[in-house]
Amino acid sequence: MNSTKLRRGKSLARRRENIAGWLFIGLNFLGYIAFKLAPLVFAGVLSFTKWNFTSGMKNIKWVGLKNYMDMFKDEAFLTSLMNTIVYSLIMVPVAIFLALIFAVILDKYVYGKGVLRLAFYLPYISSMIAVSLVWMILFLPTNGPVNQILTSLGVENPPRWFNGSSTSLLSMAIVGVWQRLGYNIIIVLAGLQGISASLYEASDIDGANVVQKFLYITIPSLSSTLFFLTMISFINSFQVFTPVKVITQGGPGYSSSVLVYYIYQKAFQYSELGYASALSWVLFALVFVFSFSRMIVDYMGSVKQRKGGTK
Amino acid sequence: MKMGTRKALVKAFVTVLMTMFSIVMIVPFLWMISASFKPENQIFTFPIQWIPETPTLQNYNMVFNSDVPFMTFFWNSIKVSVLSVAGEVITSALAAYAFSKIKFTGRNLIFLIYLSTLAFPIQMMLIPRFVIFRLLGIYNTHMALILPSMFTAFGTFLLKQFFDTIPDELCESAKIDGAGHFSIFLRIICPLCMAAFSALIIFQFVGSWNDYEQPLVFIREKRLATIPLGLDYFKTENATNYGALMAGSCCSLIPIFTVFLIFQKQFVAGIATAGMKE
Repeated sequence: MNSTKLRRGKSLARRRENIAGWLFIGLNFLGYIAFKLAPLVFAGVLSFTKWNFTSGMKNIKWVGLKNYMDMFKDEAFLTSLMNTIVYSLIMVPVAIFLALIFAVILDKYVYGKGVLRLAFYLPYISSMIAVSLVWMILFLPTNGPVNQILTSLGVENPPRWFNGSSTSLLSMAIVGVWQRLGYNIIIVLAGLQGISASLYEASDIDGANVVQKFLYITIPSLSSTLFFLTMISFINSFQVFTPVKVITQGGPGYSSSVLVYYIYQKAFQYSELGYASALSWVLFALVFVFSFSRMIVDYMGSVKQRKGGTK
Repeated sequence: MKMGTRKALVKAFVTVLMTMFSIVMIVPFLWMISASFKPENQIFTFPIQWIPETPTLQNYNMVFNSDVPFMTFFWNSIKVSVLSVAGEVITSALAAYAFSKIKFTGRNLIFLIYLSTLAFPIQMMLIPRFVIFRLLGIYNTHMALILPSMFTAFGTFLLKQFFDTIPDELCESAKIDGAGHFSIFLRIICPLCMAAFSALIIFQFVGSWNDYEQPLVFIREKRLATIPLGLDYFKTENATNYGALMAGSCCSLIPIFTVFLIFQKQFVAGIATAGMKE
């Protein structure tokens, strides 16, 4: 008799926990279904259809895998995809390398580091569209200040920056590095605080110089920070859109067109929602490679930690 | 002693070098400010005149007195960002508490679903949301910007990780004293996780304030534009009026720079915390 009472009490408590759990999560979960899960499923379905939005809901046509086949014959798409990868391969390593150097210096080797850091953070918190407008004008080929300076320094044919088909993507990368540097420095600085001072003190006793300390203490200690930064930077750079939309609209030709910009054009300028949805899954695939490897490494790290803890 | 002076000298030299780099970083802003006060015909004079010879407010006049004045964009941005972030913090905190401290049926399954959708970039949502918002009738309203930002897996994850660090024993003992989940959440968890809340608020506020893609796709009327979209309209209308464009850029940056300079410490800490969990 006692035990049934206990059991009943337990199941009541359990029911209460269930109700509480669903009450707490309910609001978020409903919104999440409506604004994330449902749209995602819809994006999946749309990618197998041909649909010009302006023709109305009735004219959705099921085309199977056609969109996914077509994209490999779509030169503009392939160029945009390639440009996205090239942009990322230029921008990500440079922004991380510079951030690493600057962060180490700003951490220890300067006076007035607070003020100096500010200069690197400002581009990061700026809206991309505002700074894109500034760079667009700075890089104007004939009377832009950058080329005026280059000309006065004796450069005979200064680059045409955003207006030249061989330099437009590189110019995008310059803006990208300049804007992203602050974020990278914040992350590296946070990582640097985690390195124990005793490591440096020990190396001082061994007579290590600055470069040796950097190579044999700082870099290895930052390996997980740098890994994280690399993954998140690629994920971020694959999504580049605003400067392309604002400054070059993908031009000249398709020389600076990137994946997200191409998707945007297909979807909202040509109303090819089905095809654009299929393209957006390519974006997902690109991003997924990096976020998945990050998850794996995170997971292995936490397993290691747990194992270490039980010892 | 000698060693010390040498070190100080090296440090001074490095400081000068880094000062040069940091000037390079902010030169675009300086040029923007300078150009925004110049009449059209003086913008490209060379050598660059950092202090305009005949300063003018003409460009700012265009920004504040165009058909939809800049202040409208400013208020739209405030409304959208504040409501988005406030909504996100509330729903995420509640959900994070459920994931972290309540053992209910289905918890692991839902958690797995949240986890699996973390990797989807925001641009993937633009097309389906565009269609759904039109069907729901919230296309071209601020709700189209606010609602989806209120329910994020990211915010839930970030807060859950912090809630997890608070020992369950603390909650258990409160339970024995007769506290329900809501009062544990409000009186124990929330006060202990203020750093996490401020990180989430700052990180998402910057994101929301600077967001250009969602307004671009979901808003069609100029009077509803947030600052980035407003600046885009302004650009279309004044394509080669560079002075006016720089005045517009300048105005669009002033609010966030001001907030950043005041809360600099919290900003950097918040970005480092939330950024690492991105």
